[in-house]
Parts: sequence; structure tokens; C-alpha cells
Amino acid sequence: MLTYTIRRLVLAIPTLLFISLVIFLLLELAPGDPMAEVPLTVPPEVKEKMRLALGLGEPTHIRFFKWMWQFFVIEPMVFIDWLFGTDLAGGEQRVLSWQFRSPVMDVVVQRMPQTLWVVAMSYVVGVLIALPIGIYSAYRQYSLFDQAGTFITMVGYSVPPFFSGVLVIVIFSVQLGWLPSIYDTTLVVVDWATFKQQLMQMVMPVMVLALQTTAQISRFMRASMLDNLNQDYVRTARAKGLSEMTVVMVHVLRNSMIPVITVIALGVPQIFGGAIITEQIFKVNGLGQLLITAIQANDLPMVHTVTFMLAVLIVLFNIVADVLYGVLDPRIRYD
Amino acid sequence: MTDAPEPITALTDPEPTAPPHSQWRDVWDQFKTHRGALIGTFIFFVIMAAVFVGPWLWGIDATFIDVRARNQGPSWAHPFGTDQLGRDTLARMMAGGQTSIAVGLTAMLLALGLGSLVGVLAGFFRRLDGPLMRLTDLFLSLPLLPLLLVMVLLFRETLNGAFGPEKGIFILIVVAIGVTSWMPTARIVRGDVLALKEREFILAARSIGTTNYNLITRHILPNVMSPIMVSATLGIANAIITESALSFLGLGFPPDFPTWGRLLNDATVYLQDYPERVFWPGLAISLTVLSINYLGDGLRDALDPRIRGR
Repeated sequence: MLTYTIRRLVLAIPTLLFISLVIFLLLELAPGDPMAEVPLTVPPEVKEKMRLALGLGEPTHIRFFKWMWQFFVIEPMVFIDWLFGTDLAGGEQRVLSWQFRSPVMDVVVQRMPQTLWVVAMSYVVGVLIALPIGIYSAYRQYSLFDQAGTFITMVGYSVPPFFSGVLVIVIFSVQLGWLPSIYDTTLVVVDWATFKQQLMQMVMPVMVLALQTTAQISRFMRASMLDNLNQDYVRTARAKGLSEMTVVMVHVLRNSMIPVITVIALGVPQIFGGAIITEQIFKVNGLGQLLITAIQANDLPMVHTVTFMLAVLIVLFNIVADVLYGVLDPRIRYD
Repeated sequence: MTDAPEPITALTDPEPTAPPHSQWRDVWDQFKTHRGALIGTFIFFVIMAAVFVGPWLWGIDATFIDVRARNQGPSWAHPFGTDQLGRDTLARMMAGGQTSIAVGLTAMLLALGLGSLVGVLAGFFRRLDGPLMRLTDLFLSLPLLPLLLVMVLLFRETLNGAFGPEKGIFILIVVAIGVTSWMPTARIVRGDVLALKEREFILAARSIGTTNYNLITRHILPNVMSPIMVSATLGIANAIITESALSFLGLGFPPDFPTWGRLLNDATVYLQDYPERVFWPGLAISLTVLSINYLGDGLRDALDPRIRGR
């Protein structure tokens, strides 16, 4: 198992390098000029110097390797410096954002908590809702609960977040006025009142994102439970006289969770992608919103870095899913 | 002498009582039993008809501006109300639906074509299998939504110049969605082709000297039609959602060119004053996607021979 994991991790490196190259080359075609918003009174030779300061002006391949050097060597060094107070990076040039004129990773670190709070919370909530629904619909297949559950998951699957999000804003913010429609990121939780406020502003984005997760995962859970409920070992367990609770919640559930856990792992990067839209609706200034503004402002280093980080997430969680599958299911042997 | 022995009745074939069914008749019989799929198909065709035939019956043009009748609520003259420029929302919904469904269908066809091509080539020719599947894996690990946004932003001006603003963005969005959504089809088709390739009828066809091209077009492709059709339905739904998402983020079609996503985006600006305006485009997108998903669900059951027998 360990050799398999190591092999996959090693194989991921060329994949990621290639993805990074593809994103870089795509961005290379961008028509925009980062100097476009500089006033016309600035003389051309000063503009040229500003371009050089941003790291432009060198050929494409040099800039690509520079980006790689900055991202893979300098940024980790800065991270270690920050962690232990050392001075490894020593003022080397980092990946600079064109719109913020500051290192990309600093901005990303600022935006990370909001995204993580909303996204991670919604994923956890979504999974926690999905699993019982899936288990019970499979156990009582074709019952009223199952029919309703299937319909609701189908609806959750089909209603895009940019509609469900706007709809809950209309209902709960505009009509009822219960919840704030804009996510206030400056809020610091110090006491009970601010905690309640934080909770109130998180409810809608979390529920909108969780709806998607719930729909997907409960369908998988139901299908997986149905596969297992008719197996011979279930009959054996019942014949032994085990209680129904033990049969379903221990024997069947543990076996059904194997594919579901990999699906949960595979869904993590997707939910970050989906957060782009949700953050736009609820005005959460997280990573997704950062990416959109960076794309609109033609901030290529920012777009490159954030997109690449998403790609890293996808590749990483693909490996996690495969390894988990091997660990959990003794029938699967990779070596 | 003894009489001629009675024929053993168990061994005689009973005469068939019903005329033989074609395969598609069986598929339809199974499809009919899935109530959700039937309703889904019906709703999808109603939406298609409303969107493509409706503009002929409804006299008001989608781009007609009647400033004196702006921001109206529902009335007999304008059942869905009017927008901030006095354009009729019903007419705009129908025009928007045409674009959204057209984008969905074309992007699905492109993705399906690419996916089937890659899948069949990878499954049929062993030498191509490795490289093509690595390519598929690579595409699967790209963060698609950000890349779609980047692609739209980068190539919009160029294509607008070449084909005009409306056709340019249409081509761009269809190609962008098609190029980023062929991978699941390719994987499914490859798996099926790999299994089919070992079957006797392929061996028989090969032994009478069928060329690879004919083998693929006459023997392999008809047998992988069912997974392709299922991913086709899911592809339409996916493409409609992606197009609406792009338009919603303001990176899709230009403002005066309605699509459902664009209408939803325009409506969110007036969310405080006219919250009912977001309802219709959102409902249209959701209902279309829901009906297509049910259609796909029923189709998957109907085309699966293991389920069909029961």
C-alpha cells in the first residue's frame, strides 16, 4: 500500500507540472495589458521599468520557470520562515499579484479562512444530512420516504446554486428579513451576540452548498446500500439472530461506506469549484471571489496560482480516494 | 406392432403466442414503466415547444423596448411582467430558452462526439489506449470552471471579431463546454468497447476480413449506443447549467442577448425591488434540467438489459 501511495504521489508530479504549463500557456494568450490602468502621464520608459518590476519582459519559458521556482521553492521557504521565525527566503522575489501589488500567497492566506469556513462547513453538513437519508431510503426501498427522498435529491441535483442561492435570499432576506444576504467578513466572534451573527450569516451559503452535496452523496449511499442489502452475508447475519439494527448499521453500513467514502473524497475539490458561484452570490470574499475578480482584472499570476492550487487539490484527492479504497476494501490489491 | 412413440412434449417448442418484438420496442416498454421518466420527457418536450414555437404565437418581440411599460408586474398584456427597459419578460424567456437549449444540445453533441471518438479509439487500438487515457485523466484533473472562465475571457474578443458578437460567443461557449466535458463519456465508451472487442461476433466479423473502420462503425458503435445515449441526456443538463453559470457570472452572452442565466443575472440586480423577477429564469433552468435528469434516469434503466428483463 505504501509503495502504491508513493508511486501515485511521484506520478502526480509530472501531471501537475503539465497542468501548470497548460494553464500558463493559456494565460499567455491573454490580450490584456497589466499596465493598461496606469495613467497616460507616466512616461513610456517608466512604464517599461514597471513592467520589468512585475516580472514581465522576459521570454515565456523563462517566466514559466521563474514562476515554478517562486511557487515551489520561495513560497515554501516563506512559509517555513513564518512558521519558525527563520530567514530562509531572505527577501527573494515572490509570486506577485498585479492587482494587489503584493505577494499572491499573502492574499490567498487572507481569503482562505472565509472559504474554508463556508465550504468545509457546508460539506460536513451536506454529508451528515446525506448519509441517514441514503441509508433509510435504501432500507425502505420504494416507500414513501424513499420516493420523496429520491425526488428531493433529484431536485437538489438539478437546481443550480445560482438559483437556489438567489431564491433563499429572496425568501429569507428580502421577504422575511430573518437572515443577512451579505456575508460580513470583518466580523470577529468575541461574544455570544457576534457568534449568533456569524451563525446567521453562514446559514444560507452553507445550506445552498450543502444541498448539492446532499443530493449527490445520498444517491450514492442509497445505491451502495441497495447493492449490499441483498447479499448473502446479510442473510447470514440475520440468521445468526443479530438484531436488525446491528445488521443494517454495522454489517451493511460498513460495507456500503467503502465506495461512498471515495466519492466523498472525490467531491472535496468539486465543492471548492462550486464555491466560486456561491461566494459570488452571497458576497463572501473568499478564494472563489478572488479568482473571479482576478480573471476580470487580468491578474494573471493570481489566476495561475489559484487555478493551480485547485488542480493540486483535485489530483491530491484523487490519490486520497484511490488509496482509501485500497485501505478500506480488502478485495482490492494494488501491489 | 407398436404405435409410433408419442413425441416427448417437453422437448417440442411451443408456438410463439405474440409476434416478436424489436429491441427498441422492449426498451420503450421498460421506459413506460418509469413514471418519472415519462413525466420528465413530457415536460422537456413542452418546454422545447414553448421555447421554439412560442415566439410565433406570442406577438411581442424580445428586443422591443416599451419604456412607458417598464418594471410592470404580471398582467394580461405581459403575463410575466416587464423588465427595467419595458421589454416583455415572457418573450425574453422564450428567446433566452432558445439560446440556452441550443447551447445545451450543440455542446452535448460536441462533447459526445469527442468522448465517443476518444473512447472507441482507446478501447479498440491497444497502442492508443495508454496515451488517450492519460489525456483523459489529465483533463479530469483540470479545474474546469476557472478554466472555462479564463477561456471565455481570452477568446471572446477574437471570436467576436471573426463571427460577430452573438455567433462568436455562441461558438466560444459551445466549444469551451464541449472540450471540458467529454471525459466521462470517453471512459464509459472505452470500458464497453474493451469488453465488446473480445466477443465472438467481432472475431467472426474480423475473420471474414472486415476492415477496422467497418468493424467500428457497423459492429462496435451500434453496441455502445446505449451508454452514449445516457450520457447524452446528462450532457445536455450539464451544458445548460454550465452556460447559465457562465452567464450568471457575467462572462457568458452579452447583456442584450438573453439566455436564462443572463436573465437571472440581470434580475439579481433588482433583487431588492422586484424579487419575483429571478423566479422565472431560475425555474426554467431547474425544470429543464430536472426533466432531462429524469429522462436520463429512465433511459438508463430502459437500456440496461439486466433491468429490462425483470
